[in-house]
Amino acid sequence: MSDQYLVAGPYAHAGASVSRTMGLVMLALVPATLFGLWQFGWPAIFLFLVTIAAAVIAEAVCLRIAGKPVRPFLTDGSALLSGWLLALTLPPWAPWWIGLVGSLIAIVVAKQIFGGIGQNLFNPAMVARVALLISFPLEMTTFVAPTPFLSAAAPDFAAGLDITFDTLEPQARLDAVTSASVLGHIRNELGQGLSLPQGLPPDYSALRGAIGTVPGSLGETSALLILLGGLFLLAMRVITWHIPVAMLGAIALSAGLLHLLDPSRFADPVLHLVSGATLLGAFFIATDLVTSPLSVRGQLLFGAGCGLLVFIIRTWSGYPEGVAFAVMLMNACTPLIDHWVQPRIYGRDRKGAPLEPGDDAERVR
Amino acid sequence: MRLFKIRGGVHPEDRKLLSAAEPIADLPLPPLLHIPLQQHIGAPATPAVRRGEQVAKGQLLAPNQGQLSAPVHAPTSGRIVGIGSFPAHHASGLNVRTISLQPDGEDRWSNAIEGIADPFALAPAEIAARVSAAGIVGMGGATFPSAVKLNLRERYRLHTLVINGAECEPYLTCDDRLMREQAAAVVDGVRIMAHALGVTRILIGIENNKPDAQAAMEQAARLDDRIRVVHLPTRYPMGSEKHLVQTLIGRETPARGLTADVGVVVHNPATAFAVHEALRYGRPLVSRVMTVSGGAIRRPGNLRVPLGTPLQYLIDHCGGFEVEPARLISGGPMMGQPLPSTRVPAVKGSNGLLALTVEESKWRATMPCIRCAGCVRACPCGLLPLEMATHARTGDLERVADLGLMDCIGCGSCAYVCPSHIPLVQYFNYAKGELAARGRIKQKRIETKRLAEQRAQRMAAIQRAKREAMAQRKRAAAAQKSQATNTD
Repeated sequence: MSDQYLVAGPYAHAGASVSRTMGLVMLALVPATLFGLWQFGWPAIFLFLVTIAAAVIAEAVCLRIAGKPVRPFLTDGSALLSGWLLALTLPPWAPWWIGLVGSLIAIVVAKQIFGGIGQNLFNPAMVARVALLISFPLEMTTFVAPTPFLSAAAPDFAAGLDITFDTLEPQARLDAVTSASVLGHIRNELGQGLSLPQGLPPDYSALRGAIGTVPGSLGETSALLILLGGLFLLAMRVITWHIPVAMLGAIALSAGLLHLLDPSRFADPVLHLVSGATLLGAFFIATDLVTSPLSVRGQLLFGAGCGLLVFIIRTWSGYPEGVAFAVMLMNACTPLIDHWVQPRIYGRDRKGAPLEPGDDAERVR
Repeated sequence: MRLFKIRGGVHPEDRKLLSAAEPIADLPLPPLLHIPLQQHIGAPATPAVRRGEQVAKGQLLAPNQGQLSAPVHAPTSGRIVGIGSFPAHHASGLNVRTISLQPDGEDRWSNAIEGIADPFALAPAEIAARVSAAGIVGMGGATFPSAVKLNLRERYRLHTLVINGAECEPYLTCDDRLMREQAAAVVDGVRIMAHALGVTRILIGIENNKPDAQAAMEQAARLDDRIRVVHLPTRYPMGSEKHLVQTLIGRETPARGLTADVGVVVHNPATAFAVHEALRYGRPLVSRVMTVSGGAIRRPGNLRVPLGTPLQYLIDHCGGFEVEPARLISGGPMMGQPLPSTRVPAVKGSNGLLALTVEESKWRATMPCIRCAGCVRACPCGLLPLEMATHARTGDLERVADLGLMDCIGCGSCAYVCPSHIPLVQYFNYAKGELAARGRIKQKRIETKRLAEQRAQRMAAIQRAKREAMAQRKRAAAAQKSQATNTD
């Protein structure tokens, strides 16, 4: 209340608020999310609901324990968004406890222990994803081929319930058609000594990757719909172009260069751009306001670092996908980047010394 | 003309339509005027009239005290009813020395007032002296004595006079109306100032949301081909002196420097009008145009206000409040100051009186910073407002200063865009005030130490002198004694 009588202005405001920002990000995620839920059916819907519900409840409990006002912080939408983003990066038919454990890690460990909104060093959804991937590698790498609603292979409500919550007896269970993600498939084939055009999944095409009718994480498969959401965020000025462009540019450039050198070992840049979490990472994860640098040059550096690391991890590490690792590694660099890369202060040079007065106006005395 | 881009800035809703169509109306004389002796930056004026004295309009009430000061004149004819203290036109509500004048209703100008037929025949120093004697200060709100700025030619090589008609603060329309209604007088004042400064180029910058003012000034400026009316993009804080100069000539003023360092002096159109009145008619600064606006005011408008008029009188003239205002502000909503009461008088730097409703002020509870960098993008000075506020909150003021606190112009663009509604400017003002106070304490300590050391030295010298005098006396006595013995 006493805030209301603060002396200093301004006494006008652009109307932005934390909840508006979070709301716009969620709105931008809606197309890709709906596509994912449609294409992976009931199990995906159940997993999605469990994950976001767990995130919101975990946030409420933490706020209560910390003695913070629950309502204003819960309604800012940040916990909902963290849960949402995490759900989009999970294998769509993963069991319910993957979503629950993931949300607890994201909210309790990665966010609230650091002090709540604005205080976390790492992107909560990515911390959760990485922790899950390391702890439960089987569940986190079991992908299914898309079985859209209305298709013959789509699990009905009861079967979907079973896939997520393990409700039925084993003999009544639907046989899931597991299938590797595109990046996972390539990794396997290359590991077995195959070279590239043959190492691609048999039915793969860049167009299918872009539209998203391929096996993959719940909300990551449709590059085009994620791009649509990203462009919406740019248009609404929630994010700026610097991080996405730098990140996508770095991936395209490094992948393109190596693909030119040896197309049999290195996938082409388009595959890198439309596969895995590349676009979701570039527009929704790396651009996380809290964990990315402040200055324009810092953001370019950060984005380029993310892109380069994604390519390096995908190409040479033990994991087929590297967006979560890359973003977390760059999150760790954010304080350093913010320390070294700052905007130039008006009237001063980059080192902070005042500019020299002009010749035509030198002091007479 | 090619304009240069500046970084940052915001586009606040300008709300100027509330009052932009209202012509400047003369405010009737109030029953009592309270004329503060400090309406400017610098030393307060010293009263030269006595209680009970009858004064004429424009008569000198209090001469300036030194160069960085400004005299104060009678806004109308009447009787001095008191010289005492009265609440200042300032957020603190503290009292300042004030002369109270009861108008006699005749509004009779002093006989001593006389204009100059050809101001261009005067020496530059003479123009500055007359501007100083007329009590003219920067009327955009900064209230820096204008004569000091007109004398900058003595120390800098100047080439351009910039007239700051940006009026980038929302709501305010006083400069807009003045330029539309008094374009010829404003241009005349501008030319007189250019003569005093000895510049070869005059740029009058007006934002594009004031097309009528642009047209009127272009028309009036035709008689002088040194003058160019420049259409500025509407963007806050275009009216910040250093940023306006950069937009116009592409040169950045060095940190801690003046625009004169890049050869430019900036004045406000209302100041130019006051210079015109002072030189052509000999009239000192005794009134100014103010915008009375805001959602809580029944009939917003632009008024020519005698200095010293209690603000309540302006509000009553504008039909009073339609709803109870949430905030009363002197100046614009971005950089204006909250007013403690409506008793305080209008002063030389008052360009607006705003009564804002709750909806207009858009107050919301503060949330934690989400590091969105909106403030970093909005800052026209390249600062990191969020970092500065964080360190100010923890009390690490040296760090805040290192981050460039003193380069902050206090424009409030950062707080305007902050989604967490963090009162950033409040933190900066606190840090600036606290650092200044610490500086004063440090200065005082150094001074005390110096004085103590001097005293110790002085005392030691006195002791030494005493001892020497004593020794000399002893020697003299001994010598006398031995002489006496010898002669014996």
